Parts: sequence; C-alpha cells; structure tokens
Amino acid sequence: MEIRFYEKDKLLVFKISEEIDDYSVQKMRRSADYEIERYMPKKVIFDFDSVTFMDSAGIGFIIGRYKFANMLGAKLEVTNLTPSVQKIFDMSGILKLIPVTDLQESALR
Amino acid sequence: MKEHIDNEMNLEFISKSSNESFARITIAAFAAQLDPTIEELADIKTAVSEAVTNCIIHAYENRIGIVKMSAKLKENEVIIEISDHGKGIENIEMAKEPLYTTKPNLERSGMGFTIMESFMDNVEIESVVGLGTKITMSKKIKKEDEEEKNVEEMDLLQKIN
Ligand SMILES: Nc1ncnc2c1ncn2[C@@H]1O[C@H](COP(=O)(O)OP(=O)(O)OP(=O)(O)O)[C@@H](O)[C@H]1O
Ligand SMILES: [Mg+2]
Repeated sequence: MEIRFYEKDKLLVFKISEEIDDYSVQKMRRSADYEIERYMPKKVIFDFDSVTFMDSAGIGFIIGRYKFANMLGAKLEVTNLTPSVQKIFDMSGILKLIPVTDLQESALR
Repeated sequence: MKEHIDNEMNLEFISKSSNESFARITIAAFAAQLDPTIEELADIKTAVSEAVTNCIIHAYENRIGIVKMSAKLKENEVIIEISDHGKGIENIEMAKEPLYTTKPNLERSGMGFTIMESFMDNVEIESVVGLGTKITMSKKIKKEDEEEKNVEEMDLLQKIN
C-alpha cells in the first residue's frame, strides 16, 4: 500500500496494490489507521487501480476505515474501482454510504 | 453406473490466513484446464477465498486445524469441495443471509455466502455443530466460441425455415 499526503488539501491517499483478503487486510488495517491518526486529514481516498483481487474482506476493511476516519472528522472516498472490485462493493451496498470519486493525482501536485 | 471424471485434485493445508492466496492460486491453475474466461476464473477464485477464509476464521477461530480442498473437472463443469473439522454452523439459513456475521468486531461483513452463491452456479452447505462444515460448489464454464457457434446455427436455421 502506497501512502501519499497532500498538505494543501489535507488529503491522504492510499494506493492499494496487494490482493485484498483476510490475510492482507490485517497489515493494511494497522498501517491505514496509523497514518490517518498521524496526518489527521480532511479526506481519505483509497485507490483500487492496482487491485487484482478482492474478496469480502475488502468490504469489512473499507467500512472499518470509514468509521475510523469519521471518528477523527475525516471523509472517506474510493476511486478507480476495477470491474471485479465494483462487483463486490455493489453486492454489499456500501457505495450508498461511500462516494466513488474521480481522482487525478497529477492535478494535486 | 460409474461417473466419468475428467480430472481430480486434493489438497490439505493448515488454517493460516496466508494459505488463502495459496488455495486461490491452486484452484485457478486447476480450473484453467477448462479454458475459462478471466471473469469466470476471478469468480471461482473469489468463491474459494470466501470458503477457505470461513474455515480459518470461523471454524477454527484461533486454533490450528486442517482445511481440505478438493476439485473435480467434469466436462465443462468445475466442482469444488472445501471442508473443515471446526466448530460447525448452528443455523445455516441464518448464516446464508446477506450481512449476517457472528464476528462483526473482526470487521467481517457477512457477505461471504452471498458472494459464493452469486459467483457460482450452485452452493451446498453441510454442517454439524462440533464436527465441522463442508461446502460444495460448482460452476459451468461457458465456452464462448460454442455460444457463437450456436448463434450462427440458429441464424442458419431461421434462414432455411
Ligand atoms: N466454516 C465455517 N465454520 C463455522 N461457522 C461458519 C463457517 N462458515 C461460515 N460460518 C458462519 O456463517 C456466518 C456467515 O458467513 P459469511 O462468510 O457469509 O460471513 P462472514 O464470514 O461473517 O463475513 P465475510 O465473509 O463477509 O467477511 C459467519 O459469521 C459464521 O458464523
Ligand atoms: Mg466469510
């Protein structure tokens, strides 16, 4: 998971590049919560562009981070959902709660 | 009558979460013999990941136990069995409900069975409390060119009639 913080916008971006399952989320969860607490961003975005696999662990992971970010006053969004990630998120209904955003990281720099 | 089996495999591993990807990669390599599309293969991998994860986190909780996965290829169908000797499921109907989970504190979403049922053609759950659980699921691989051929044949038939 690659982490980028954009000071000006107080935006924290996590670019996930691992397969998302019960094994990988254990580490990602610790690392994401640590960074959210450290930067206290206004907004957190999870970028799924490089995700080649995700099972239901991804739903729990995103809901968990959504709650954690909210508790610290930050918004959470997701971006670049691949078709297989989209399929799983659609099934769970969490996209009614969590906005899918268009992210052009190059525009932020 | 003896059933005709095209291919068969058996695998046993201990209930460590690092084996979830091992199980997925193995089933993908095995099912690849049926020449599935990328999407079909992704569906099978996801369903297997769900079933194996359930054995690890629900059946054995924090203990180490054995998870078994076996698969058969029969004509254009893959049939997969995933079983454990863990704690079993008390109420199968309830467990199948979307969003039902006994482990919300572990950030589970209760979508595992829903995903298995929607990604595979058929899913059967057998479970005995205290003895374990067996999931049997199957999926037919639809050959693209065969579908195309059928459409062509239909067109031809219509022209003739
Ligand atoms: N192999 C198993 N042994 C014992 N209990 C199981 C097993 N598989 C499933 N269960 C029970 O069925 C419930 C529903 O399973 P399901 O996979 O749908 O959701 P989950 O595992 O709780 O969450 P998710 O899969 O979304 O992370 C589980 O919470 C658990 O109580
Ligand atoms: Mg599950």
